[in-house]
Amino acid sequence: MTLLSIRDLTVHHGQLCAVDGLSLELRKGEVLAIIGANGAGKSTLLRALAGLNAPTSGSIQLNGRDITRLPAHRRVSEGIALVPEGRRLFRSLTVEENLLTGAYRGRPGPWTVARVYELFPWMPERRRQNASQLSGGEQQSVAIGRALLANPDLLLIDELSLGLAPVIVRRIYEILPGIVGAGTTALIVEQDVSQAMRVADRVHCLLEGRSVLEGRPRDLTAEQVEHAYFGIGEALPAGSAREGHD
Amino acid sequence: MGWLNAVIQGLLLGGLYALFATGLSLMFGVMRIVNLAHGDLAVVASFLALALVSGTGLPLWVVLVVTVPLFAVLGYLTQRVLLQRSLSSGPLATLLVTFGLSIVLQNVLLEVFSADTRTLDGGSFATGSFELNGSISIGYLSLATFVLACAVLVGIQLFLSRTGLGRMLRASSDDRETANLVGADSRHVYGIATAIAFATVALAGLMFAMRSSFDPATGPSRLIFAFEAVVIGGLGSLWGTLIGGIVLGVTQSLGSQIDPALTLLAGHLVFLAVLAFRPQGLIAGRTA
Repeated sequence: MTLLSIRDLTVHHGQLCAVDGLSLELRKGEVLAIIGANGAGKSTLLRALAGLNAPTSGSIQLNGRDITRLPAHRRVSEGIALVPEGRRLFRSLTVEENLLTGAYRGRPGPWTVARVYELFPWMPERRRQNASQLSGGEQQSVAIGRALLANPDLLLIDELSLGLAPVIVRRIYEILPGIVGAGTTALIVEQDVSQAMRVADRVHCLLEGRSVLEGRPRDLTAEQVEHAYFGIGEALPAGSAREGHD
Repeated sequence: MGWLNAVIQGLLLGGLYALFATGLSLMFGVMRIVNLAHGDLAVVASFLALALVSGTGLPLWVVLVVTVPLFAVLGYLTQRVLLQRSLSSGPLATLLVTFGLSIVLQNVLLEVFSADTRTLDGGSFATGSFELNGSISIGYLSLATFVLACAVLVGIQLFLSRTGLGRMLRASSDDRETANLVGADSRHVYGIATAIAFATVALAGLMFAMRSSFDPATGPSRLIFAFEAVVIGGLGSLWGTLIGGIVLGVTQSLGSQIDPALTLLAGHLVFLAVLAFRPQGLIAGRTA
């Protein structure tokens, strides 16, 4: 069943066309990874899905409802939560208070503070600490916990690995199957291609705001991904560059 | 013993300064709005209470109970209708809007109430006092104001730390965009912050009105006390504001003990000293 359906989405970032006529579908319970080089439009796409950047044209449907024009705070009630790039914890709030802000809208679902603590066993004993005192990896975990407490149908994760040691990143990604198992669909943006290929059911590679390669990780060759990622070679594999043509 | 009396009187006055400054601190903390009309709002509350007392004959405490919630509603509307629009145009726009509001309020008061100096008659409660010993007597009104100010500050602190909306106020102060991401409608959150600010400034305005005279042009000279209390205490910390108010009150009171003409100057000098040597304030914090 389709959870998210994006059609011909164009988003401008100032004068720059960051996302250019992108279409994609996401089924319930799937993990989709968006990969691509810097400036390919990955983060802008996630921000547009979360309601922070207004799209120029196109439509976004969640659970069959059009949410293209909804402001960010209303999309939380509709079931979208974003783990923003750079974690963006509230620095004057404690760990627990940061988590609780996620539950502000009170959307019903499986996630509670206790359940997030089960997911990250180190968290309860540091819950009264200021969020700014945590390490990068710990902050990322709190940011994920905060998003989960909104009980989203669709969890958006932007650049989870940014500024974190690979071993930490791997450990955080290990919890993803548990999250998806609890009924959440995940759309992740990842610069670390090998990491994205490991955790995703399907990947989209963006180049200059367009999807140039799409498929399941095991069906794609390293060469295909490399070419799509850097935009090398005119002739992309047939059938994979559907949205890439002008 | 005259000095001890001065310290105690200053302490009690400081509570009122803190109550008065809380709204200024809160609006800056949450929305980065410097409300130049803050002092005038207190004066508007004073005149409103005066009009209600003389117009309806209701007892003063009823007027107080009516005015404060009314100002809270007024604050919410002011934020949603007036200030929210200017916020997107940058900090200078909000500064100009509140400056304009200050002038408009002063002139409306002048038009409606004339330039006469007034006081709000609090009856025997406002003038009565009890003696602690031979040289120290404490006014009922001063003590009640101090207790009320502390109670309000504790109440706001509890609201900010214990409730979901209060938490969201602090979160919005840290990072507005991320607060939107977790579901906070920043317009509503800002409205609530302004409502609290207006309610506390109204309460402070009524207390001022009972202890000293006021006229339509009193606002700006009151505003400076709020700024001083906030800066001395440290921006964005409620307890800092209380400490700042008390330091200001005690300094003024001690100054007047030396020479009555020194009252305000002593306060300004301490304010300047803090700005010069400890610009982050006595308590540097960010709770609101």
